[in-house]
Amino acid sequence: MKLLKKLSEAYAVSGDEGGICAFIADEIKNYVDEIYTDVMGNLIAHKKGNGKKVMYAAHTDEIGVIATHIDDNGFIRFGLIGGVNKHFSLFQRVVFKNGTVGILAYEQSVKEIKDIEVANMYIDIGAKSKEDAEKSVSVGDTAVFLQKFEDLGNKVIGKALDNRIGVYVLIKSLENIKNSENDLYFVFTSQEEVGLRGAKTAAFLINPDYAVTVDVTDTGDTPNCKTMDITLGGGAAVKIKDSSFIVNKEVKEKLISCAEKNGIKYQLEVLESGGTDAGAVQLAKSGIKTGAVSVPVRYVHTPCEMADKTDIDSAVKLISNLVF
Amino acid sequence: MLKFLTETNAVSGDEDLLSMFILNEIKPYATDITVDSMGNIIAFKKGKRDSKLVHMAAAHMDEVGFIITKIEENGFLKFEEVGGISDQILLTQRVEIGEKKINGIIGVKAVHLQSKDERKSLIKMKNMYIDIGAKNKEDAQKRVKVGDYVSFCSKYTEFGSGKIKAKALDDRVGVYTLLNLIKDDYDEDIYFCFTVQEEVGLRGAKIVSHRLCADTCLVLEGTNAADVDGVPEYKKVTKLGDGPALSIMDRASISNKKYNDFIESVAKKEGYKYQYKKTVMGGNDAGSIATAANGCATAVISLPTRYIHSPISVAQKSDIDDMVTLAKGVLKNLHKFDFDTKVRF
Repeated sequence: MKLLKKLSEAYAVSGDEGGICAFIADEIKNYVDEIYTDVMGNLIAHKKGNGKKVMYAAHTDEIGVIATHIDDNGFIRFGLIGGVNKHFSLFQRVVFKNGTVGILAYEQSVKEIKDIEVANMYIDIGAKSKEDAEKSVSVGDTAVFLQKFEDLGNKVIGKALDNRIGVYVLIKSLENIKNSENDLYFVFTSQEEVGLRGAKTAAFLINPDYAVTVDVTDTGDTPNCKTMDITLGGGAAVKIKDSSFIVNKEVKEKLISCAEKNGIKYQLEVLESGGTDAGAVQLAKSGIKTGAVSVPVRYVHTPCEMADKTDIDSAVKLISNLVF
Repeated sequence: MLKFLTETNAVSGDEDLLSMFILNEIKPYATDITVDSMGNIIAFKKGKRDSKLVHMAAAHMDEVGFIITKIEENGFLKFEEVGGISDQILLTQRVEIGEKKINGIIGVKAVHLQSKDERKSLIKMKNMYIDIGAKNKEDAQKRVKVGDYVSFCSKYTEFGSGKIKAKALDDRVGVYTLLNLIKDDYDEDIYFCFTVQEEVGLRGAKIVSHRLCADTCLVLEGTNAADVDGVPEYKKVTKLGDGPALSIMDRASISNKKYNDFIESVAKKEGYKYQYKKTVMGGNDAGSIATAANGCATAVISLPTRYIHSPISVAQKSDIDDMVTLAKGVLKNLHKFDFDTKVRF
């Protein structure tokens, strides 16, 4: 889990994925023929083959905050990047790219926590004044949750498991795939959390015959939670539908038969609200046959996401053994 | 020119009048002009040298407005909005309907006739009507029909310390800037694009950028200025008089970091004024353009505008001049800049 720890603790807010791309490139360079980034910040790795062109994708970016104003006393106002829940983020620590740490706090004039708006919140980096704050943070600088990765034995906890788990699954699958007939593209996509943007242009560029995206999904196995037939430890999830996507039947059958043939634990996923890169990929150019594999994660988009190691392994086996 | 541009009506989907004017203006300066299936104008201007990259500059022609949905028996017109308009600003506004610019007034029953609850609550657009002074339905039908577009009626006026008020500064100021820019000569080939239907979902820009597969794009826009009474300093997203605004990100796109740095370097070298927009809300054509085809390095320069999407938007004249100057400086220097973002590992 050393690799997943590094990935989880890395900084890569939507729109600033350069650092993690360099890290991933270093991890996979021995397994592919060429690696490059594009204008949107996608990292594209190509493992050449003569068969069908297949694209695997996992997004690298994570949700975060962006400084919009620094007041005279050095408090920083901010906006949200992606689906950050303002209530979950209260009094969490955040870290800017340069290492500056701050706390997300709110104006005490707001009596009820339910009434809090982002406009009532600020980042406190312990600065004495505007001038002092500006030594470390400029307007436009971005920050992510500061949270250590924990290995609990069977389970792991960390920030940005959405979607560093997907990145981990693709890296491990690349290590496993020795001889593939398929012409393989492994794409580590940008800006998913702000609207599936990187995947859109990458799919257009590559125009594959088939695509499979790897991301995380919610679960329905915590006390009094929403009904959802996904459990932590229930195996890799084959996505049937979410708000952005309905699976291509051919790819769905391939995923399920691959799992059954290889004895890989899997479950079927219907996610009521939420979308993923697969939604953008299937609509690229004149349409791409697309499927999606999800790793179940509890408490998605909080700084404390939890996943089961066996589910991650199942997803790796599924992608590694998939043939088109 | 800006007076004419803002007083011309061009609600999303009905940009023809403005489009004809623009086509006429750019004819002497463009190498080649295409009008596409949606009505976008794509004007190509050959540069002094052969360009390796496809450069684009874009502004949308359309403005927010309304459309007639029903003519009542009594001759009053029901309507709905085209683009984002607040219900609160509508009552007793003057409007112009259709090609014949029929005069109308947005009305609601008089305060005397409203119930206690009605007086306290905000009046919804669906309870308003447009009064064109018609006797009855038959009389109204002589002048208007369902589907006619409706624009605010608002004269361009200069006032105060170098300020102007007009409707549709979003985005006639972008159109105005492009019309100025195309007159000049550049080293690189540039496509000057006047897009349609931005206010209803960045639609025109989508097909323009798919057609061009541009490598870079500069979007020229109008944005919100909140430097008004009762707004705390941290909510003043842009300020009048502080120059055109660059965007870091909004709800539709994240500006290309390299392009923004390049604009800043041009501005700093030449001493051009600019400010950064201090919010992540809003959205414009950059959202469609940045993610079209293989992706496009996109940046936005916007004019700070108070009371945007209303009949009376207010801007600083010096900001408009500064916007033209900065945008021109950027296009003039395109050839000196390395936009290659591809990193090979």
